[in-house]
Amino acid sequence: MKASVDTILEQLEQATALEDMQAVAEALRDRFNVSHVVYHWVSSSGEQYGCGTYSIEWVERYLEKEYLRVDPVITGCYNSFHPVDWKQLDWSGKATRQFQKEAIEYGVGRQGYSIPTRGPNGQYALFTVTDDRSDEEWEEFAEANRRSLIIVAHAMNEKALELEPGREGPPITALSPREVDAITCLALGQSRAQAAQKLSISEHTLRVYIESARHKLGALNTTHAVARAMQRGLIVV
Amino acid sequence: MLRYIYASELDNYPLLRDTMFRDRANQFKDRLGWDVTVDENGFEKDQYDELNPLYVIWERADGRHGGSMRFLPTTGRTMVNEHFLHVTDGVEIRSGLIWECTRFCLAPGAEGNVAGALMLAGGEIMDRFSLDHFVGVFDARMIRIYTRIGAKPTVLGTDGEGREAISVGLWEFSKEAKELVAKRAGLTLALSDHWFRQAFERNVPQLAAIA
Repeated sequence: MKASVDTILEQLEQATALEDMQAVAEALRDRFNVSHVVYHWVSSSGEQYGCGTYSIEWVERYLEKEYLRVDPVITGCYNSFHPVDWKQLDWSGKATRQFQKEAIEYGVGRQGYSIPTRGPNGQYALFTVTDDRSDEEWEEFAEANRRSLIIVAHAMNEKALELEPGREGPPITALSPREVDAITCLALGQSRAQAAQKLSISEHTLRVYIESARHKLGALNTTHAVARAMQRGLIVV
Repeated sequence: MLRYIYASELDNYPLLRDTMFRDRANQFKDRLGWDVTVDENGFEKDQYDELNPLYVIWERADGRHGGSMRFLPTTGRTMVNEHFLHVTDGVEIRSGLIWECTRFCLAPGAEGNVAGALMLAGGEIMDRFSLDHFVGVFDARMIRIYTRIGAKPTVLGTDGEGREAISVGLWEFSKEAKELVAKRAGLTLALSDHWFRQAFERNVPQLAAIA
């Protein structure tokens, strides 16, 4: 049976090394039923880091040929922050067409959808899914899964930031007091309206606190965020 | 017409770029008296303009700036998290589903529908990029404008009083709201769709005749 997205996010949460993220990428590929799932971090100095299901041969070829310079997914998404269907990119140059042909030969897939993520201090990465579905099917797939993919992309990036060698400072997932309050109220079974009243804030404000906590906890939705905060002992009920 | 332009592409539109930064100086420094920096060219720019934000700009028929706003993802550096934490009870608003919207600006004498057109663009962004909210920084006068065009924000907190007051607020957008905002701005969703695709997709034909 395929693991649910939330179970995979849970697995990601437990990850303590890049190999664990690799397993997560494979689980995501099976879950979304796509050819490949790739997380690709490019530092400002051009160093690359990541994990994914592309074949070793393609990864080696890509590095050897320095395709970072040619790949329209990199050049087209670098520094931007909106999700991109690969069809929207410029594949018209001669070198680019050759690159695309090769990528297809190496089994990358004809379709791709990439979500750029931006972390603190100008950190930048791409989360990509690829496949061989038809244009219509791919559009449908992207439309139906975009939200989950965005959540997963950011969860992958948060984990990569956490695992970054030499990283210092407090864990990224520390909740602020107000986020703890908000999640605690929900864990106690209070409705949003009750929780907002108790905390003397509007329901909208409460929703933002909950959303911000959900993001930090790498959870798919509010219910899972509450469960995760409890499991980790971030809230006491 | 509505344009969606990352800072890195802004130099391809010199007139639009220069008139935007001058109109921002006019609005934020001259009219509102905010503590902002205006350079020797008369441009109002801050450190967040250096982070390659996405600008949404209303371009007038003569190619000049009619109004604009600036977006940044809240997972990176934002004005709200760096300067307004005291307004949000210390909560850093960070999520892949929330972008920050700042520097909502209207050119002097902007046509009545420009604010609405910009809001429609906000709705397009939220809809097509699966966002839940925008979080923004604005003053009391803007709240009245937003309310009139059918995009009233929820104020999370306010810093200062009276004319000086600056608020942090939130927008949400339903698909229905998008239609309403389009109607009030006198625009069709088809035209809005075209402008959006022209900005984000290659090979979209020009539609100069209707724009």
